[in-house]
Amino acid sequence: MMIARALASALLSATLIAGAAVSAEAKDWKSVTVVTEGAYEPWNLTNSDGTVGGFEPELLKDLCGRMKIECKVVTSDFDSAIPSLVAGKYDVIMDALSITDDRKKVIAFTDPYAATPAVFVADKTGPLAKAPGTDTTIKLDTDARTPTMDDLRKAFKGKTIGIQSATVYSTFVTNNFKDVATIREYKTSPEHDLDLAAGRIDLAFDDATYFTAAFAKAENKDLGYTGPQIGGLVWGPGEAFGIRQGDADLVAMFNKAIAEAKQDGTIQKLSMKWFKLNVVP
Amino acid sequence: MTGMLDLPFLLDVMGRLLAVLPMTLALFILSISLGAVLALTLTWMRVSGIGILDRVARAYVFVFRGSPLLVQMFLIYYGLGQFPAVRHSVAWPVLREPFACAVISLGLCTAAYSAEIFRGALLAVGDREVEAARACGMSGFLLFRRIIFPIALRAALPAYSTEMILMVKSTSLASILTVSEMTGVAQKLIAQTYRTMEIFLCAALIYLAINFVVARLVGLLEYRLSRHSRRAPVLAQVLHE
Repeated sequence: MMIARALASALLSATLIAGAAVSAEAKDWKSVTVVTEGAYEPWNLTNSDGTVGGFEPELLKDLCGRMKIECKVVTSDFDSAIPSLVAGKYDVIMDALSITDDRKKVIAFTDPYAATPAVFVADKTGPLAKAPGTDTTIKLDTDARTPTMDDLRKAFKGKTIGIQSATVYSTFVTNNFKDVATIREYKTSPEHDLDLAAGRIDLAFDDATYFTAAFAKAENKDLGYTGPQIGGLVWGPGEAFGIRQGDADLVAMFNKAIAEAKQDGTIQKLSMKWFKLNVVP
Repeated sequence: MTGMLDLPFLLDVMGRLLAVLPMTLALFILSISLGAVLALTLTWMRVSGIGILDRVARAYVFVFRGSPLLVQMFLIYYGLGQFPAVRHSVAWPVLREPFACAVISLGLCTAAYSAEIFRGALLAVGDREVEAARACGMSGFLLFRRIIFPIALRAALPAYSTEMILMVKSTSLASILTVSEMTGVAQKLIAQTYRTMEIFLCAALIYLAINFVVARLVGLLEYRLSRHSRRAPVLAQVLHE
């Protein structure tokens, strides 16, 4: 009884604290704390001196200059980013965060600053190197089981697929391949590359722009795209900043800055620099 | 944050977490067993009186007790897998599996801590008891089995039960090696629902329940092994008067 009561009161006070943290007050935004993973090249990466670089940090620097606010970047795990944002630990998520309906129930999004396809990767010299649809691009509008994926489902039967946990890609792969293949979920994307190179898994699935950078690393020299590049509304309208639902003023500030950066070619310039292709939505 | 308790949701979460309870228990039981066998070997090496064995055991304890388990797991799983020599060795079918790597890392780590607990317990065995046993003509393995081991076991249990509880909690690290254990599944559910508080609360309750059982089982064993030091039953007291 005592334990039950103590737990109940602990839960209550914890809920109160969490509730207090999320109550959004109208703020005069002078500075914001932006969370990123720092391990999702070329979107965001951690330099050897501990600072964060990549497409998003450079874009953020430009946007913050336009908004005339100070942006402090911190790094944390991707899978805890949304709960931490909601709990008030950060003000903005900047981590190739795709806009989805499920996420929209919990947080608000700015307008997208990128829209990228995703693709499977396997050993270039292995039996899965040329899965059906290699070197083509398809558009999917839903992550529900689609007939387009049937050829891939046949080709990947009994294989092990690695994905980063808590991403739109993990939902897609789970929905489409759960019953034919083994799925392993990783905390970060470089970990599925390591296991792919080590032969522990047969395939990895992730953003095409992520793999562009990953292939440049020596240890991934045997990896290559397989199957079609998958784009379209399945990944939502694109990648955007995630912001607490109460902070509509901050969303508006970011939207204005994103529109300007899109207009004057800044986003396209950064996109060509980091992705070697134009990902402007 | 939903504020009020949502019972159907909590029950659903409990069900999903309990579904992977066997995985958490398997990690715990296999790694604690592996760790105990290794720890006994290390303890024997420490007290063997053979210089080189003693040094190897000391070095082992220093390394595995002195570095974070998380780092050890990464090194054993991702680190070893990067060497072609390891991938082409006979050990690869085992090291290829995330579950096996998790059990090995957990076992290697707990062995270091347990070895020190066992060594301390062994040193706690009094000279008087050993001398008395020798006076009765006991020596060698008989002396160890009848006198030293039971006393050392009693002395080790309180500290060892803590180590066991720590190991139950350490299994939560296995999810970084893609092993689908309870904390990993809880984090996955949070990523889907964003309801951190309720889901982690359910996970915490399950860990508490496991550790309650572990602590009680060791407590029971301790009780049974310390019959001699308990107060005599009432009847014996009456007869004594």
